[in-house]
Amino acid sequence: MALKLADYKTDVHNDWCPGCGDFGIVNALQMALAEMGIERDKATIFSGIGCSGKTSHFINTYGVHTLHGRVLTFAQGGKLANPEMTVVAVGGDGDGLGIGAGHFVAAGRRNVDMTYIIFDNGVYGLTKGQASPTLKLGEQTKSLPSPNTNYDVNPIGLAIASGFTFVARGYSYDVKHLKDLIIKAVKHKGLAFLDVLQPCPTYNDINTRDWYAGVDLAQESIERHSRIYKLEDTQFDPLVHYDDEIEVNEKLSQALIKSLEWGTKIPTGVFYQNELISTYTIRLKDKIPNYLENPPAKQKISEDGFPITDVSKILDSLQV
Amino acid sequence: MGYQIFGKREFYSNIKGEHSYFTVRVSDQKIHSNVNDVTLMASFDAETIFRHFDEVSSDGGIIYDSELENVDTEIVRTLDSTFKERLHKYLESKNKPFTISGVLEIAKEKGVTLYPVSFKKILENLAQEADNPKLRGLIRMYNVIGVSLSLGLIKMPSDSLLNSIDTIFSKKPQIAEINKQAANYSYNYASKLENFEHSLTGTTKQPYTILVQGHYGTSIGKIVAGCRFQSYYPITPASDESNYLESNEILQIQDDRPGSTAVIQTEDEISAIGMMIGAALTGTRSSTSTSGPGFALMTEAIGWAGINEVPIVITLYQRSGPSTGLPTRHGQDDLLFAVNAGAGDFPKIVYASGDIEESFYDTGRCFNYADVFQLPVIHMMDKFLSSSVVTCKRFEPNKITIDRGKLLDKVEGEYKRFAFTDDGISPRSRLGLDNGIFWNTGDESDEYGHISEDPVERIMMMDKRMSKLDLALERIPDEEQAVSFGAHEHTIVSWGSTKGPIIDALSMLKKEGIDIGFIQIKLIHPFPTDYVKSLLKDTKIIIDIEANYSGQLGQIFKQNILKDIDYFILKYTGRGMTSTEIYDSLKKIVENKADKREVLTHGA
Repeated sequence: MALKLADYKTDVHNDWCPGCGDFGIVNALQMALAEMGIERDKATIFSGIGCSGKTSHFINTYGVHTLHGRVLTFAQGGKLANPEMTVVAVGGDGDGLGIGAGHFVAAGRRNVDMTYIIFDNGVYGLTKGQASPTLKLGEQTKSLPSPNTNYDVNPIGLAIASGFTFVARGYSYDVKHLKDLIIKAVKHKGLAFLDVLQPCPTYNDINTRDWYAGVDLAQESIERHSRIYKLEDTQFDPLVHYDDEIEVNEKLSQALIKSLEWGTKIPTGVFYQNELISTYTIRLKDKIPNYLENPPAKQKISEDGFPITDVSKILDSLQV
Repeated sequence: MGYQIFGKREFYSNIKGEHSYFTVRVSDQKIHSNVNDVTLMASFDAETIFRHFDEVSSDGGIIYDSELENVDTEIVRTLDSTFKERLHKYLESKNKPFTISGVLEIAKEKGVTLYPVSFKKILENLAQEADNPKLRGLIRMYNVIGVSLSLGLIKMPSDSLLNSIDTIFSKKPQIAEINKQAANYSYNYASKLENFEHSLTGTTKQPYTILVQGHYGTSIGKIVAGCRFQSYYPITPASDESNYLESNEILQIQDDRPGSTAVIQTEDEISAIGMMIGAALTGTRSSTSTSGPGFALMTEAIGWAGINEVPIVITLYQRSGPSTGLPTRHGQDDLLFAVNAGAGDFPKIVYASGDIEESFYDTGRCFNYADVFQLPVIHMMDKFLSSSVVTCKRFEPNKITIDRGKLLDKVEGEYKRFAFTDDGISPRSRLGLDNGIFWNTGDESDEYGHISEDPVERIMMMDKRMSKLDLALERIPDEEQAVSFGAHEHTIVSWGSTKGPIIDALSMLKKEGIDIGFIQIKLIHPFPTDYVKSLLKDTKIIIDIEANYSGQLGQIFKQNILKDIDYFILKYTGRGMTSTEIYDSLKKIVENKADKREVLTHGA
């Protein structure tokens, strides 16, 4: 029986603020799962803490709402124990790039085959609007007592530097484009990172929906002028085609330079993709040949309540 | 050779250069501990002599490098000033110079036989005999020379020595050959020395005996119990276990294809426990191994596993705290911390093993407790156990059972992960199982696992989870909760690695006609109040023995049994207890000469 979009929705009451950018992300995620026809019980959404952390409760697949900053650790453990599962991790920018930044970097180095989506809005919404890691230095969103004293993290740049093999940015009000990006990310073989610009209508009065739409710019020039544009509409080619160091370095550099674009023109789409780097599951398979056919979650460990692992060789070697 | 041994490594938190030593006690009977006195000390540097000369008993011997006789304490740069000051004061009081000769004179006056051997000359002679001038400078072989001299002195047949060298250098036959030459030469050299009155010429071999290092119990226990996922961050003294699991990652399975353990080194302990929980949610038996500081980082996630009823096993190899403390030394400082780890009220089990052999079977139990009661289990181990090398009965894998509790293989109909049931335990699905969809959250939740702040549901969920503590006490058999080695008017209560030295001390006392009881408490949380009470019904004087400052088990005991501890025997030098010092303190207690707190100090 083919699954419909409605099958991926739960009836849990959604308590996000009206107009919240998070809605677009959840819709896009549900649409992507439906379009790919991923069985509901073969996917797990792991989430962090904060408004975005509630995402897993709104999606009718396995859902694991974890701890602040730790979503990637839970997600990687689940995926490595049961590599057949589709795993998507989600969380806010404070969750992933503040308290969880260490895990973000380490996850990039592992390249476990899964997707990580950051709901990037520049504020800690659920604790009433403090500055989060992507808010620019000197900016003062409405609940800040004084302008932000920290420089901002560049999520795309950090992902590239950490070894993520798919790095992209979406915009939560362009749901169709975001859905397409999620599908690409999930299908990517390796760790995919998706930075989703997601206006917080309650606490971020700077990077608003109107701001992204370029309403202020339109007042200066005559035409309407969205800040957001798509990399795929330009000549930009994010894909590493050959296992060649020079090409890889060029692709990494152009992605990094692109990630610095902000202000009047904000790129979305895929910044970098490299499927030539081995995934962590393949690295494990190199050590454990039947790891993929017989992963931890599928292994039989007992028969009639007794262990079936044979350690007699180990014990023989200890015999005196 | 047939002997039973108890060996223990001591080392500094440093890669090389600082003082390390190994003590091995040998017997034809089963032994469980070290004693204070050393019968034969094989030294090959000056520091060993300065630090240990006074541990050698009056009928014992010291093998030392005669080239070191004039070395004074100032030359040995690794002697810290605190120790030097103490040693100098002592030497002054004895009117001796601050040299190797000075300390050896004291030993000699006590009756110790000295065996001066020029290690340099041994190498020179060996080089000449073997016509291999390279041997002359191979001071790396001093340890083989020292060991061989000592085995020659105690007349232990040399074949086991030569076999050991072959095993150690099995991949480097040429190096093995050179070492065997040095071993033979030194072994024979010893026969020309003054006769040593102690000898070890062999005894009847006990069948089914194995030689194990400290972490083998939990490592092999995890393999047998079906732990297939272990994530960890390097920390002393816990990482040996993870290393062992990775070295043996491919597993032989009866009548089936090979199995494997995925061992993942993470970026920190927070990630280690996060990954382990993620893996456990897929139905995989999952674990981590850590020590105090790493465990501290895990506490938030332990609470998550508690509220989400995830079975996980944390093997906690304690060392001396607080903070980094004495990072390579022993301590049982983390009992109260383990019992109280995590924010909020949630059920967990804290279980303690007393020796390496026990830890093998206990590892199996811990995984069963985790699965059956669906909660985090903290398995208490420590540095004393991890750095021991002992002989014990061959582990019997079929004495481990595997009980996965209410883990589901298939789901029919509507599924609620946290369904209210009669015994408080809900059938458990796993990530990826057909029709078994569930949600988890660190928030309070409803039966499906969705966030709920309803006050009535909150009470029901708290009651459901917390009731598992009573259930655990009801279902875990008494003999797994605590082990009684007899109860008398004086009875010891203790936990963990103090077991070995206590048993040996008690048999020393028994020979003198003194009976003291001993209750080894294994299930520390939830505390087996009724069972322990019943065991102690005829006891008048309770003695608590622990390797920490504050008598942590004593506090838990008092809180549950509502009885004061009469005497504490405590040690927090970072060095393990010996049976001698426990014997001494117990004897003082029986003779009414003891302080309420007996603080033990033996060991360099």
